[in-house]
Amino acid sequence: MSRLVMPEPNGALLAGRARIARDLRTICPGEGVIDAPGEMKAYESDGLTAYRQVPLVVVLPETTQQVSEVLRYCHKNDIPVVPRGAGTSLSGGALPLEDGVLLGLGKFNRILEIDYDNRCAVVQPGVTNLAITQAVEHEGFYYAPDPSSQIACSIGGNVAENAGGVHCLKYGLTTNNVLGLEMVLITGEVIRLGGKHMDCEGYDMLGLMTGSEGLLGVVTEVTVRILQKPETARALLIGFPSSAQAGQCVADVISAGIIAGGMEMMDKPAIHAAEEFVHAGYPLEAEALLIVELDGPEAEVDHLIDRVSQIAKSNAADTVRVSQSEEERMAFWAGRKAAFPAVGRISPDYYCMDGTIPRNQLPRVLAGMQEMSRKYALRVANVFHAGDGNLHPLILYDANKPGELERAEDFGADILKLCVEVGGVLTGEHGVGVEKRDLMPEMFSETDLAHQQRVKCAFDDKNLLNPGKVFPTLHRCAELGRMHIHGGRIAFPDIPRF
Amino acid sequence: MTVFRPESLEHIKDAVAWAADNSTPLEITGSGTKRAVGRTMQTEASLDLSGLAGITLYEPEELVLSAWAGTLRSEAEAALKKNAQQFAFEPPDLSRLLGTEHAGTLAGMTAANLAGPRRIKAGAARDHFLGFHGVSGRGEIFRSGGRVVKNVTGYDLSKVLAGSWGTLAVMSSVTYKVLPAPETQKTVVVAGLDDATATSAMAAAMKSSCEVSGAAHLPAGVASCSAVADISAIGNSATVLRLEGIAPSVEFRKDKLIRILSGFGESAVLEAVPSSDLWTEIRDVHYLASSPDLLVWRISVPPMDGQKVLAAIGQATEVTAFYDWAGGLIWAAVPVSEHGSAEIIRGSAAMTSGHATLIRAPAGLRAALPVFQPQPASLAALSARLKQAFDPKGILNPGRMYP
Repeated sequence: MSRLVMPEPNGALLAGRARIARDLRTICPGEGVIDAPGEMKAYESDGLTAYRQVPLVVVLPETTQQVSEVLRYCHKNDIPVVPRGAGTSLSGGALPLEDGVLLGLGKFNRILEIDYDNRCAVVQPGVTNLAITQAVEHEGFYYAPDPSSQIACSIGGNVAENAGGVHCLKYGLTTNNVLGLEMVLITGEVIRLGGKHMDCEGYDMLGLMTGSEGLLGVVTEVTVRILQKPETARALLIGFPSSAQAGQCVADVISAGIIAGGMEMMDKPAIHAAEEFVHAGYPLEAEALLIVELDGPEAEVDHLIDRVSQIAKSNAADTVRVSQSEEERMAFWAGRKAAFPAVGRISPDYYCMDGTIPRNQLPRVLAGMQEMSRKYALRVANVFHAGDGNLHPLILYDANKPGELERAEDFGADILKLCVEVGGVLTGEHGVGVEKRDLMPEMFSETDLAHQQRVKCAFDDKNLLNPGKVFPTLHRCAELGRMHIHGGRIAFPDIPRF
Repeated sequence: MTVFRPESLEHIKDAVAWAADNSTPLEITGSGTKRAVGRTMQTEASLDLSGLAGITLYEPEELVLSAWAGTLRSEAEAALKKNAQQFAFEPPDLSRLLGTEHAGTLAGMTAANLAGPRRIKAGAARDHFLGFHGVSGRGEIFRSGGRVVKNVTGYDLSKVLAGSWGTLAVMSSVTYKVLPAPETQKTVVVAGLDDATATSAMAAAMKSSCEVSGAAHLPAGVASCSAVADISAIGNSATVLRLEGIAPSVEFRKDKLIRILSGFGESAVLEAVPSSDLWTEIRDVHYLASSPDLLVWRISVPPMDGQKVLAAIGQATEVTAFYDWAGGLIWAAVPVSEHGSAEIIRGSAAMTSGHATLIRAPAGLRAALPVFQPQPASLAALSARLKQAFDPKGILNPGRMYP
C-alpha cells in the first residue's frame, strides 16, 4: 500500500473476531460467513489493486432480512461495515477494513421482475449490468448505462457509484435510469424509495443514495428503467491534425443541435496503442481521433451522418470514415473499447484517472498534461468521453521500479487538480473512494464537506458504513451538529427591508 | 413582517444567520408564484430571492447555464430559445392553475422539481440540475455539484435540494444542463378510446422505437375544453402521442407509430403548431385552471396503474382528470370537502405504489391535510433527520412539507 492512511483499527474488534464470526453465523449460517484468512483473500481489494486489506470477516447474506440483521448486529456492537458488489470499483470503494465486516451482496443475483408495459425491471443488487440488458434484449429493450466493466460490475455497485459509460450525454447516468430502491440502514431498518412510478416522494433520497459509495445504506433491490433499443446505429471515425480541432468539432456538432449517442476521443498515444493491439484501421498520423455514433431511426441517422461529416471537414479533419455495416461500426469501437488493455500492453502498469472538465478546456488540459508528463518522466495516453467532458488519462508506469507508483500517483493528483482549476471535477464516474479522498479539499471547502458529512450522520450517526472512504477527515456527528453562536447580530444595514 | 431581499450570497447568509440566532421561522420565496403550494406555514419573516437575478454563465456549445436563483424562468428560457436550446424536462408554467402572474424563478422551478410531459423521455428538473451555491439553515455558505454533466464527486446534494420546497437550504445560484430544442414536432391522435384501452395504446407506443416524447390521454370532458380545434372537435376522448426531432425522422416515426396503433383505431396527425399548442395546455394543466374552486391533485403512479387509480377515485367522488406520462401522471380536480378526497386517493386499493400531492387547495385545507404523501415511519424519521442536518433550528419554510 502506498501512502493511504485508513482509520485506526479498533483492537477490541480485532481481538473479538472469532466471537463476531460466530454471532454472524447465527444470522447467515453455513457458507454465509467466511473467516479463514486464506479464503478472505479473494476480497482483499477491488479494481484499485494498489490497495489491499484482508477484512475482519466476510458475510454473504442471501435475504434482505439477513442484511437487516447483520447491520443491526454491527450497529449494536459498533462494528464497521464495508458493502461490496462485484468488486470492480476503480476508486477503492470496496476496500475492506481490518476491523470491519465485509458485506458481499453477490448472492443477491436474481432478476425479480420484468415489466415491459411499465418499462422497468426489478432486480437484486448482485445482478450484473449486462445481465439486465441480456434479460430484456429479446423484446428489443436494453438498460442504458454501460460502464466498460458492464460484463462484471453489479447494478448495486452501479447505484453506489452512479456509474456512467459512453452513452451518458444522450441517455444519462445510473441516477437518471433508476426508479426505485429497497435499502437497509445501518440500524437494520428497511426502507423503500420510489418504485415503478416517476419521482421519489418527499426528499429525493433515491438521488442521494445513487453515488453515495456505500456510506449511507445497503441496497437490496433496484428498479431500473429499460428502454427500447434505437432502430439503427452508425458511427463515424474522424482523424484530426490536432486535439484542438477535434474538440472544436465536438463543440460544433453540439451547437448544431446534434446529441450523438456516443462521442469518444483518443489522443495519439492511445490511438497507436489501440491500433497495434486490435488493428481497427485507425489513422496513425492523426493527433486526435474522434468516434461519433449516431443512433435512432434510419432516416435520422443518415441525415445526421452527413451533417457531422460536413462539420468534421470544416474542422480540417484528415480522415472521415462512415461505418457501412454493423461489423465496421463494431470495428471502429473495438480499438476504443480495448484502449485500457492496449495501453496495458505497452506498459507494465497503468493508472487510470477520471476527471471531468468543461469540454472547451480540453486543449489547455492536454497541454498541461504534456508538461506534467515531462516533469514526472512518465508517459500518458488519453481517452476522453468527449460528449460529456469525462477524461480518462492513463498514466504509464512500472510498479517494479522504486518510486514510479508514487510518481504516477502524484502525476494523477496534479491532473485532477488541473481539472478542478479549469472548472471541472475530481471524478466523473469512478467515484472518490479512497483514491481521491484526500483530494476532496481541492474541490470543496471545509463547510461544503461538513454539509455532506451531516447527511452521512442523518443516515449513519455512528459512522459505521464504509468509514475512511470519500471524506478526508472523520468528524463525530455530535461535533458536526453543533451550531456556532453568531452573537445575535440584529442590524443588516446592507439588506433592504420593506 | 420583516422581508429580506438579498442582493448577494453574503446577504442571504446574514439573513439566515440572523433567523437562526433568533429562531425566527423564515418563508423562502423566489418570486412567490408557488406560495399557495404546500402546508400552511407560520413564519415571522421572509426571504425573497427575486432581487438576486441574472444569467451568470451560458455556454450553448457546452450545454450549460448558470444563473442567480431569483432569475425569472422567462429570462432563462428566452436566452435558451435564442440558441435553439431548452430545459429538456419541459417545466410546466403553473401560473394559470395557481392564479399567479408568471411562471416564477429558477429557484422555484428547482425547489418544486418541476417536470412536464417530456418527463418520460428526458427526466425531471433533478435530472438536469448540476449544481448550486446556497446557505443552509445553519447560516453557512456551501456548494455542491459543478458545471459538468458527469460528476460523482461527493454526495449528489443537488438531488435532495430539487423538490425540497425551500426546506433544506436557500439556493443563491443554480447550474443546469441544457439541451438542443427539437427542430419540429407532430402529434398522433387516436380518438374515442376509454381510459384502459388508451393506457394500452400509450404502452404500445412507449414500447416501440418511435421515441415518443409525450403520451397523454384526455377523457372526453377534458378534450372538449382544448383550445386546439382539432382536439375539441373530436367530441370524444383523445389519446395523443408526440414525436419530436428533425423533420425526416419525425415523418418516418409518425408513419411507423400510426401502423403500431392501427389496432386501436384510426389516427389523425397534428402538425407542428397545433401540436405545440396542445402540449403547452397539457404541460401547464390549462384544463383544470378554469374552475378555481376545485381542489387539484397531482398523482404519480406506475403508468399501467393510472387508469385503475382514477377509476377508483371516480367511484367515490366527482372528478375531472386527465393523464400524462403514458398514464403515470394524473392531474385530478375534485370538489372542495373537509377531507379533500385525500383518503379516497391515497387509500385507494389501486394505489399500490406512488404518491399524491395536493397542488391547489385553500389555506385552511392545507393546514389540516397532509399535502405531500405521508411516509412510512422509518422513512419519515430519516426525512426528519435530513431536515435537521441542513436546518437544525427548523427555520427554513418550516412545516411546508411535513409537520
